[in-house]
Amino acid sequence: MSNENSRNFKSWPVTIILTVFSLPILVMYLYLVVDTFTNTEPGSLIPNEFTFEHWRFLWETEPGRVSIWTATLNTLIFASVMTALVLSVSLTAGYALSRLNMPYRRFFLGGVLTLHAFPTVTLVIALFIVLQMVGLYNTLIGVIFIKAALMLPFGIWVMKGFYDTVPWEIEMAGVQDGASRFMVWHKLVLPQIKPGLIALGVFSFLEGWSEYVLPQIFTPDADVQVLSVYLASLIADDQNFDFNLFKSIGLFYIMPVIVLYLLFQNKLMNIYGGGSKG
Amino acid sequence: MRILLDKFTKKFDDTVVINDMDLEIKDGELMALLGPSGCGKSTTLFSICGIYQCSGGRILFGDRDVSNVSSQQRNVGVVFQNYALYPHMSIYENIAFPLMVKKMDAAQIKKEVHAIAKLVHIGDLLERRPSQLSGGQQQRVALCRALVRRPDVLLLDEPLANLDAKLRLEMRSEIRRIQQETGITAILVTHDQVEAMSMCDRIALMDEGKVLQVTTPNDMYHNPQTDFVASFLGNPPIAFLEGEVAGNQVLLNGSQLKVALPSSIRQPDNGTKVRLGVRPELVGTDRGNAVAGRISFIETQGRENLYDLTLDNGAVLRSIQAVRSDISMGQTANWNIDTERVLVFDTNGQRLL
Repeated sequence: MSNENSRNFKSWPVTIILTVFSLPILVMYLYLVVDTFTNTEPGSLIPNEFTFEHWRFLWETEPGRVSIWTATLNTLIFASVMTALVLSVSLTAGYALSRLNMPYRRFFLGGVLTLHAFPTVTLVIALFIVLQMVGLYNTLIGVIFIKAALMLPFGIWVMKGFYDTVPWEIEMAGVQDGASRFMVWHKLVLPQIKPGLIALGVFSFLEGWSEYVLPQIFTPDADVQVLSVYLASLIADDQNFDFNLFKSIGLFYIMPVIVLYLLFQNKLMNIYGGGSKG
Repeated sequence: MRILLDKFTKKFDDTVVINDMDLEIKDGELMALLGPSGCGKSTTLFSICGIYQCSGGRILFGDRDVSNVSSQQRNVGVVFQNYALYPHMSIYENIAFPLMVKKMDAAQIKKEVHAIAKLVHIGDLLERRPSQLSGGQQQRVALCRALVRRPDVLLLDEPLANLDAKLRLEMRSEIRRIQQETGITAILVTHDQVEAMSMCDRIALMDEGKVLQVTTPNDMYHNPQTDFVASFLGNPPIAFLEGEVAGNQVLLNGSQLKVALPSSIRQPDNGTKVRLGVRPELVGTDRGNAVAGRISFIETQGRENLYDLTLDNGAVLRSIQAVRSDISMGQTANWNIDTERVLVFDTNGQRLL
């Protein structure tokens, strides 16, 4: 595609301009990686020794601090359970909103759209009180529910968009072929919205992985910390200030994101196309 | 299997789409539901297959009342206008799906699928995906999938509408062949009178939720009961002349031209207002009475030409004749109308016999 597109204009000026503008960011990323393996004299830009000491957090835990692996596990649980919740509810709710002639359908559609645009921060105090009352404050379950609930309007809306692109004749044909509504959904409709499902899944997981505000507020304690909160507590600690350690953990933290993104980047684009086949 | 609609009524909320419709489709027959768009023919079809619930009356398959039976239990095969093939399945899986739902065993499914694919001539396409097939092939697959369960009735919803002209001709005879070889009772919904006439045993012509006439294509063409039926069938369409009865002739409105009434009809009273339906093949013949007019349009159709003859009162007669080089636009012509075969309607559109 790029070959055909570049036929009516030269591509090298564009490449140069983009390179110039991207250079500062590239340099920053380069230093992020380089600094985690090296030490640099103060005032110098060129590193002078190679070391693994900034990665020591992987095998030793400083006293008074939670192990990186606990935080990683917490993040993993948080992101994946939240994703599972969002997927299962969006899959069914999206179908209902797209296909079923249910009462108050328009009201629900409007509600989903409104909630989608609702700023999370305004809910914090109310959610805090609710969590305290039901005893889920400082638990992963509590924050999972909150994050999932806040993701749902987006998830439902996206899935509804994907369901809308499946022609209803396919479902009718399935029903005529003798299949139950559930079987039609499971065998005929679901395979066709699979790109949407994958995209929403990856997107939710990444959202969960990078979520900071909600865990910071609702699960501040050490044993339920997620990585983002762990990282923040590291920089908030002005006793021992270690920028390279901070960078190493930062790199450790974004690696799964980069891998997932590289694996699924094509699928992620689907979400903004609304699932229509181009 | 015989299908019977008995006082069938369909409403959407308060809008009555079909009211008290009676229609019988005989066993093994291909019946066309023909009508303009919005006449209720697709609604009728979807009610027969159970996608729509009937609001009143009964639908009988043989002696079984299926009015309140769900689609899954009705045993109806449907071919949708856009074929509705399952895009993620191979052609084999598409055709096997209805059998798989029935939990038939794999060997039996394989046998049945291959048998039906052979009948419909798609035996070599079974490994492909729907997106790799042409429109005509997809149509055949849809037919296969509808037939493989051995349904009591096959419903075809505008099956040829998405095909190009050449394929349409081919599939027209193919659908007819397959229907006759399987001996299945079938209902074809179409707005194309050529399709209905060329494929079907009988036509039910519908308008505004009512069945106007049910008969064989030939009879419907030659003996339409109303002017609507007459105008719906035939290509190029029939032309109408308005006039008043004067003796055994009709004096055309705003003109001195007279056209004789067919001798076979009961003589209406003098002064009765009538509409004469004149088919294009009745103009320019070698018998009947001559009318004068001006050639206002010539359309080349290859073997024949279509001529429009504008009379002095502005009415236009169409004439289909072998290509002739002696006629050009704007010229006057004095052509015969074969009056014995002209159709006579009263002002309400009812045929006078």
